[in-house]
Amino acid sequence: MENKLTKNIFFSLGLKIFSSLKDHEELTLSLVGEETNYLRFNKAKVRQSLHLIQGNINLNFTSQEKTCSWSIPFQQDLEQTLEKMTTALGHLRTEAASLPKDPFLVKTQNNGPYEKDHEGTLPPDDELVHSILYPGKDLDLVGIYSGGRNIRANMNSKGQKQWFSTTNFLVDFSLYDAVQNAVKGYYGGQLWDQESYNQKISQAKEQLELMKRPRKKVSRGSYRTYFAPAAVSEILTMMSWGGVSAASFKKSESALGPLANNKKSLSPKFSLLEDFKLGLCPPFNEYGELSNDTIPLIENGQLKNLLTNSKTAKEYDLKSNGANQSEGLRSPLIKTGGLKKENILKTLGTGLYLSNLHYLNWSDMRGGRMTGMTRFACFWVEDGKIVAPIEDLRFDESLYNFWGEQLVGLTNFSETFPEPGTYSQRGVGGVNVPGMIVENFSFTL
Amino acid sequence: MNHEQLKKTLRSLPSKGADWIGLKKITSKIKFHSVKNGLPLSNKIYQDEGVQIEVLKNGQFAYSSTQDTSPNGIKLAYEKALFLAESSSKYPIFPFTRETRPQFKNQPSPHDFNQTTSGEIHDVLSLSCDSIKKEKGLIHSEGYAALKETETYHIGLGDEEFYSSKNTIDFSLKAIAQEGTEVQTRTWGNTLQAGPEYFQKELFKKEATRIAKEARELSFAEQCPSEKMDLLLMPDQMILQIHESIGHPLELDRILGDERNYAGQSFVKLSDFGNYQYGSKALNVTFDPTVEKEVASYKMDDTGHMATKEFIIKEGKLLRGLGSLESQLRSNVPGVACGRVSSWNRPPIDRMANLNLEPGEGNFEEMVSSMERGVIMATNKSWSIDDYRNKFQFGCEYAKLVENGRITKTLRNPNYRGISTPFWHSLKEVGSLPTREIFGTAYCGKGEPNQAIEVGHASSVCLFNGIEVFGGV
Repeated sequence: MENKLTKNIFFSLGLKIFSSLKDHEELTLSLVGEETNYLRFNKAKVRQSLHLIQGNINLNFTSQEKTCSWSIPFQQDLEQTLEKMTTALGHLRTEAASLPKDPFLVKTQNNGPYEKDHEGTLPPDDELVHSILYPGKDLDLVGIYSGGRNIRANMNSKGQKQWFSTTNFLVDFSLYDAVQNAVKGYYGGQLWDQESYNQKISQAKEQLELMKRPRKKVSRGSYRTYFAPAAVSEILTMMSWGGVSAASFKKSESALGPLANNKKSLSPKFSLLEDFKLGLCPPFNEYGELSNDTIPLIENGQLKNLLTNSKTAKEYDLKSNGANQSEGLRSPLIKTGGLKKENILKTLGTGLYLSNLHYLNWSDMRGGRMTGMTRFACFWVEDGKIVAPIEDLRFDESLYNFWGEQLVGLTNFSETFPEPGTYSQRGVGGVNVPGMIVENFSFTL
Repeated sequence: MNHEQLKKTLRSLPSKGADWIGLKKITSKIKFHSVKNGLPLSNKIYQDEGVQIEVLKNGQFAYSSTQDTSPNGIKLAYEKALFLAESSSKYPIFPFTRETRPQFKNQPSPHDFNQTTSGEIHDVLSLSCDSIKKEKGLIHSEGYAALKETETYHIGLGDEEFYSSKNTIDFSLKAIAQEGTEVQTRTWGNTLQAGPEYFQKELFKKEATRIAKEARELSFAEQCPSEKMDLLLMPDQMILQIHESIGHPLELDRILGDERNYAGQSFVKLSDFGNYQYGSKALNVTFDPTVEKEVASYKMDDTGHMATKEFIIKEGKLLRGLGSLESQLRSNVPGVACGRVSSWNRPPIDRMANLNLEPGEGNFEEMVSSMERGVIMATNKSWSIDDYRNKFQFGCEYAKLVENGRITKTLRNPNYRGISTPFWHSLKEVGSLPTREIFGTAYCGKGEPNQAIEVGHASSVCLFNGIEVFGGV
């Protein structure tokens, strides 16, 4: 049976439910859906496999300046789905009536159409297990394959219709040796190419060889440090959590507060923007507002914009830039610098080479200081040569130092990391970032 | 479909060589309410329903999940799961048997949930914000509540049948105070098995007033000093300490390597169970699914294993892991009933459920008076730990300095760091039952694909010696 989670069906369900609205009522429908195969593996063997079809339709209702929303499961039986939507609409009328007026209500309007289907090619179902695990058959390969179709869409009673779908895959893996040294790898995209995947596994295997040297215990202290793009992407995720949100700044809960208030500055080498041209996620938010192709956030060290959604804009008399409800980064990009790949170790000289970081958190959010751990392939480097892998270190450092005066340089290349998150559903979006070298980065444990 | 129709549909499926076929239907409704400065921020109701088909064939479990609960939808899901089990069995991690899916049975008796409107919960949260704003120097207030109703109906191809239902709540209040350039936050919240009856205006007003006063107090407070000293942790910080440096490292699936690509592994080895001295003699930790109101209390896990209270650590010695029947079979280590799913769309994995620190005999005042120089810390603010669960750094919202056995002043931006085993060996004394509180979180994350699930922790106040304490920027 064909999966009925399609554009035409979603839009026709919408038209039917809109016809039952009363004069003063408005409704926005948002769809989040996926059909995904998940293959979880450990030691290049299958731990668990899951096929999942799911979709949820959120009905955002407004009436007489009151608003609330109700989300229902999308069922393949369309009559049942419509019945659930109708029941939900009835509940919404009762719930909204019980609430006070929302003075910062985002009014329903037609923000214009959007339609994009990114087609892809996945490994065939009957070869999936073999395709993923055979290249790692003699290795300790651990991780997850997720692949399938991912959908985000919305429409509203003012006539707005927006649709984004992408068929893509991600193998998020790590490779371990017998003493639990490990390297991390990703292979993601829209067109599965077995040879490219095999090469990713081979490259990871080569990197793992470097880990065979005895580990060096590095004492706590400050070191010149290279952060590979994957490590920079971990740091960047912190910006979505008390960083770039305008609402967070307005309630004094933003690490960028000192920058916005001109109490601290960042290096002119550092520029951060939202770049929807990357095509990793839809440019529309939950309200259907379309963002510009790019939104500069920090340009040459100067704060240009915070992510501002319409509700925040109304509350604080700001201009919305189409941010989502949480005002988090969806498709961020850090601009590259001039450091060539072949010069990374030479420029680093003596210090630490970090491929990945783990479990970051603010140790002082308002001061911009964060802590976290090194993870996977991390090395001690002396005179431009890798000497030994290191034992894990904890860092605790302010972004005003590592993206400020202590930023030595950014690489002239960048890497794209598709969003690997799968809480509740498979995520969309991703990041594009270069590597960076920082002077005197603080390690505390 | 009702329960009888689901049973009929499951039992009409052709076995096609499957050793086990299970079906879980999970229905949930969560009402999320947020209030900012007394005004509505968002009110959302999230209704969900789906079915998970679990198949064991050729020693391999596989899953297919769908919201199509019609007979045809279930048949299609079964065929997908069967196909995945067959294709996966060419690369098996372990030859699983029916041993990991015991018989289970109870008498289904559907539950009536108490109903409430968004407006009623909004009013309690809005009133709390009003109480916060009354305090001088308070610049921001927030309230959040999630009320969840969950029903699980679990059947097997044989006679297995189990129904359970529960109400859970997750809530928080936040007060932000400013004095000059100093901005400080204080919160109150919890995650419990309870319903709308918990949202009593008087309770919320009282707690809102308390956190507002404490946020104001913090905005004038001194920076926490940086030195090695005694540390007295209140129960609302102990839960984080237990969770991160006892709960996660003892999950058997981490030790078996399943989580190495995401959440990480553990400093604990399989050979440590029954031998390893995890902490001082004062440390007693139980897996306890029987505590009333604690959020992860349940009768049976999601693999059909009946849940009982078990000692995980007794007098500091490590006895048992947090592992489901599958992990126990793979590791040959004793575990508990903790194979859990976050919902119908995820397979069961090892979770810590309720992991509690058993009370000691300490009296709070006497514990404070035994401190020559130390800090009392309350309410977690920041948390980070390495992938082996060794090196941690945690921050709290609120602290008091203790000098010569007396509480002398309030401190802002308190943090501490340590390494799990030495830290638990520095546990000097555990408070008695009157100092014990029950907390929980709705967002313990692990697994690939990711799963966020409710876990509970109960703890008394605990006193540690010689801990590295430090302040903010």
